[in-house]
Amino acid sequence: MELANRLWRSSLGKKYLMALSGCALFLFVVGHMIGNLQVFLGPEALNRYAHFLQSTPEILWPARLGLLALVTLHVVTAIRLWAENRAARPVAYSTYTPIEASYASRTMVVSGVIVAAFIVFHLLHFTLQKPVGLNLSGQDFAQLHDAHQRHDVFRMVVVGFQQAPVSIFYIAAVGLLCLHLRHGLQAWFQSLGLRNEAWRRPIDTLAWVAAAVVFLGNSSIPVGILLGFGKDMVK
Amino acid sequence: MKLESRIPSGPLAQKWDRHRFESKLVNPANKRKFDVIVVGSGLAGASAAASLGELGYQVKCFCFQDSPRRAHSIAAQGGINAAKNYQNDGDSVQRLFYDTIKGGDFRAREANVYRLAQVSANIIDQCVAQGVPFAREYGGLLANRSFGGTQVSRTFYARGQTGQQLLLGAYQALARQIAAGSVKMYPRTEMLELVVVEGQAKGIVTRNLVTGEILSHAADAVVLATGGYGNVFFLSTNAKGCNVTALWRAYRRGAAFANPCYTQIHPTCIPVSGDHQSKLTLMSESLRNDGRVWVPKKKGDTRAPRDIPEEERDYYLERKYPSYGNLAPRDISSRAAKEACDAGRGVGSSGLGVYLDFADSIQRLGEDKIRERYGNLFDMYEKITGENAYRTPMRIYPAVHYAMGGLWVDYNLMSNLPGLFVLGEANFSDHGANRLGASALMQGLADGYFVLPYTIGHYFASTRQLKPATSHPEFKKAEEEARSRLARLLSGKGKRTVLSLHRELGKLLWEKCGMARSEAGLKEALRIIPGLREEFWQNHLVPGNNESFNQALEYAGRVADFMEFAELLCADALHRNESCGGHFRVEYQTEDGEARRDDENFSYVAAWEYQGEGRAPLLHKEPLTFEELKLATRSYK
Amino acid sequence: MNLTLKVWRQKDAKDPGRFETYPAANILPDMSFLEMLDVVNERLIEEGREPIACDSDCREGICGTCSLVIDGRPHGGHHGTTVCQLHMRHFQDGQTITIEPWRARAFPILRDLVCDRTALDRIIQAGGFVSVNTGGAPDGNALPVSKTDADLSMDAAACIGCGACVAACKNASAMLFVSAKVSHLGLLPQGQPERERRVLNMVKTMDEAGFGNCTVLGSCEAVCPKEVSLSFIARMNRDYGWAILRGNPRRQTGAGGAG
Repeated sequence: MELANRLWRSSLGKKYLMALSGCALFLFVVGHMIGNLQVFLGPEALNRYAHFLQSTPEILWPARLGLLALVTLHVVTAIRLWAENRAARPVAYSTYTPIEASYASRTMVVSGVIVAAFIVFHLLHFTLQKPVGLNLSGQDFAQLHDAHQRHDVFRMVVVGFQQAPVSIFYIAAVGLLCLHLRHGLQAWFQSLGLRNEAWRRPIDTLAWVAAAVVFLGNSSIPVGILLGFGKDMVK
Repeated sequence: MKLESRIPSGPLAQKWDRHRFESKLVNPANKRKFDVIVVGSGLAGASAAASLGELGYQVKCFCFQDSPRRAHSIAAQGGINAAKNYQNDGDSVQRLFYDTIKGGDFRAREANVYRLAQVSANIIDQCVAQGVPFAREYGGLLANRSFGGTQVSRTFYARGQTGQQLLLGAYQALARQIAAGSVKMYPRTEMLELVVVEGQAKGIVTRNLVTGEILSHAADAVVLATGGYGNVFFLSTNAKGCNVTALWRAYRRGAAFANPCYTQIHPTCIPVSGDHQSKLTLMSESLRNDGRVWVPKKKGDTRAPRDIPEEERDYYLERKYPSYGNLAPRDISSRAAKEACDAGRGVGSSGLGVYLDFADSIQRLGEDKIRERYGNLFDMYEKITGENAYRTPMRIYPAVHYAMGGLWVDYNLMSNLPGLFVLGEANFSDHGANRLGASALMQGLADGYFVLPYTIGHYFASTRQLKPATSHPEFKKAEEEARSRLARLLSGKGKRTVLSLHRELGKLLWEKCGMARSEAGLKEALRIIPGLREEFWQNHLVPGNNESFNQALEYAGRVADFMEFAELLCADALHRNESCGGHFRVEYQTEDGEARRDDENFSYVAAWEYQGEGRAPLLHKEPLTFEELKLATRSYK
Repeated sequence: MNLTLKVWRQKDAKDPGRFETYPAANILPDMSFLEMLDVVNERLIEEGREPIACDSDCREGICGTCSLVIDGRPHGGHHGTTVCQLHMRHFQDGQTITIEPWRARAFPILRDLVCDRTALDRIIQAGGFVSVNTGGAPDGNALPVSKTDADLSMDAAACIGCGACVAACKNASAMLFVSAKVSHLGLLPQGQPERERRVLNMVKTMDEAGFGNCTVLGSCEAVCPKEVSLSFIARMNRDYGWAILRGNPRRQTGAGGAG
């Protein structure tokens, strides 16, 4: 507890909290992406995977609660840091000239807020599947079942992403998420002190590549479906 | 006034040890009963304040800068000398002592200089322990380079920022004492008056530069470590804030001013580019390790330096001083540059410049090696001139750099006013008529770390201390004088800005009392200065008020003191009918233009005593006796 | 050259301050930026107005006193350059130049372009030193230091404490300054005994002074006149992490020292 207190009270400590929670969330994003990419293996694979998760509450709920705690920690710490940073310069310069700072690094708060809003939408859209009108398809996702009486997640995903506005929003949000991740990963190495002059460029490159992979992986699903993937399988 | 140098008896090599043993001590528990004021936070001031704080004295330290870390010691580039003999090249305490005395043209005290050479080794140890990142060899041991006026490599360095690193070491030690509560720091505070009670220095009057508050501080001793007066020339390598005010105020209260005419003109500075110039920038002397100085043989040769073939170049330092070559001492190199330019062979648009050429070294060692050694200096040169010195030779010209003269002090670094100690560049003691490169840092730190802590204790233990409060009439009188002076400065609503008056004074001094001085020129300067001073007080223009942050007022006060000091500087130069070190009188030179010293008549320290406004100062002489070394004509040929 | 200056004027810490516009006429390209301001100030004084207060001292880029934000860029934004080393040849005739002080809660403005940076001194006082008294130091060559470490330490020690890193940072963070001192001493064997204590205390004082947090923007490094690397911040983060994890490894007892 004393350690937590020390971390929370210090500027560097809060950066550790951001880095550690951010890292865990990044790993979740990667795992989630790998699971979802099973959509390209067809309905059987994806529905079996989803059924496995749904029917194992002893894994599902701790994971959900853990994620919630991580997100809360990440957001609350971010708000606190943001407030401190705002307070540190009460009078602004006549013009703000971003020096060196990348677009991604300057917009962490904005990208973070939009990503948070997206997460809420995403949860309503695919997890709670309520309100029904949200998915624009006119179908109630909760009522979709496959031949084994499992929830037909494959159909839900395909139908969901066949709605162009929804897909575009997903792609944009994932893009922002990856912008956020790109800087977040660099900062992760920096905040935990795992970077020096020799490793600086490789790490920056790694952050780029990781963010790009996450973007391509995640956006391939709505893009693929918009381009016609799964059309014949859900008729 | 009696000048007692208090040099201990006995053989030179044993004087300091013996003196330390014979000095009285202050019991550790009693040290906190003594208050010490330290004015200035450069190498000498910060090291003294920190060391005294460590010992347990109650210290107040003052600086006009916003932080003690910004004192002008920070700008010293090349290095610090120490008789470590790490290079196995024949160095010793005796040799450093000899080089320094000879470099100073036999116008320094033997005992002081010997002590300086002795403690030089301790300084390096102390600084390394503080975490000063000196340059290292691959084996992990300390690296050295050589400097002007010596034939051994004894200079320790931290790139071209040695002064910065040493000052940060002292500043950190000071910071530690500030945190411990033994030193109270007063940044942005200027000393305006020294307070003397019954003949003892007992405090100072200061002005808070932010609020204008005038305040008295009482103490058992006052230590002045306020640097040199080079800015009297307006253009110098000194920081803009450097001034003579603290020294001048002490002089007016009775402290003797010694050898003010010993001013050092540094040979390697960036030439003046125009009338707008506010200061001159030094290029470290260490550059002369690898750079060769030359001018074209032909007068008015305007070809680009690379187009001038080897046989049409005059490497005049190598030609005239073959055994020291480009590392001839500063005064000699400066005069040689002036001579070349006066003969019409100077380079650059003004004709006031000589080349410092690295082409040979770059060819021999490679550009990378040169970059490693001097990269920051080359960068600095490029920023100011827009020229790349890896491709084309640097242009350099001498500029006012250092003041060997200063307040007179005895062996204990105490002035003739009991309780007033003077350290570093502010005193006159160790460099004679010319300072060798990398010796200023050595002297500042020697005074602050290793001399004053001993001698101040002896003063406290051996002298009955008056303990006047700041309500004492002398304090009130000094405060009143400071206030009325400020009021007089602020009443100036004439037509001339202080800057223009300062520039005029500086130009006059540079022409009449600069690298070459003559009787006629000095007399003319002495005739003009009072008029200029009159013009200052009649026609100066100072905006604003005292009760606010008023930089124009600060500056006016400093220039007012330069206006008075300039007269003493010229008077001293006029009276010294010889040439020695930085003081070169054209009437006293050998046939080949070298300085001609007059040991018979001038082997003394000239200490001037203030006699009151409008009256000529009184000259006192402290004879210089040389027991260890024989007076010899200084030759670097 | 003829220029127009838009300068921040503020009487004292309480005054809200405002921009005022002044002409800068007949400026030569060889002048330094501060010499240009000298010219403007001379004219203001001659006109009976108060000159623009602005800090400078050594004018050769080492004391760290000068502190101007020029067109939104601390020290004018030239690589490895302080304001005093910036020359007018980098500006165009007819240009309008905006000049502001460092802006940060931890650096209150004293007047016009002059701010109070004593917060940086307080951070050093909290631990930016090696606790050795004068005298009794071992021989300088007693402890060999690898050249790589000595050079890296010097890279950090080159910091001039000007505060441009704070001025440039979107969050007004002093991390580059603090990490430079922590790294300078932490890289040398002489700095090891106090390494943990130093970083904990310095960071604590930095936080109390009201600086912002590092969000790894890199602006500090870009404007640093001594090109101090962002990697020193990573090094400090590592040192701090270890120190905070270790906590106080000694058992807390009431027993005192020997009598």
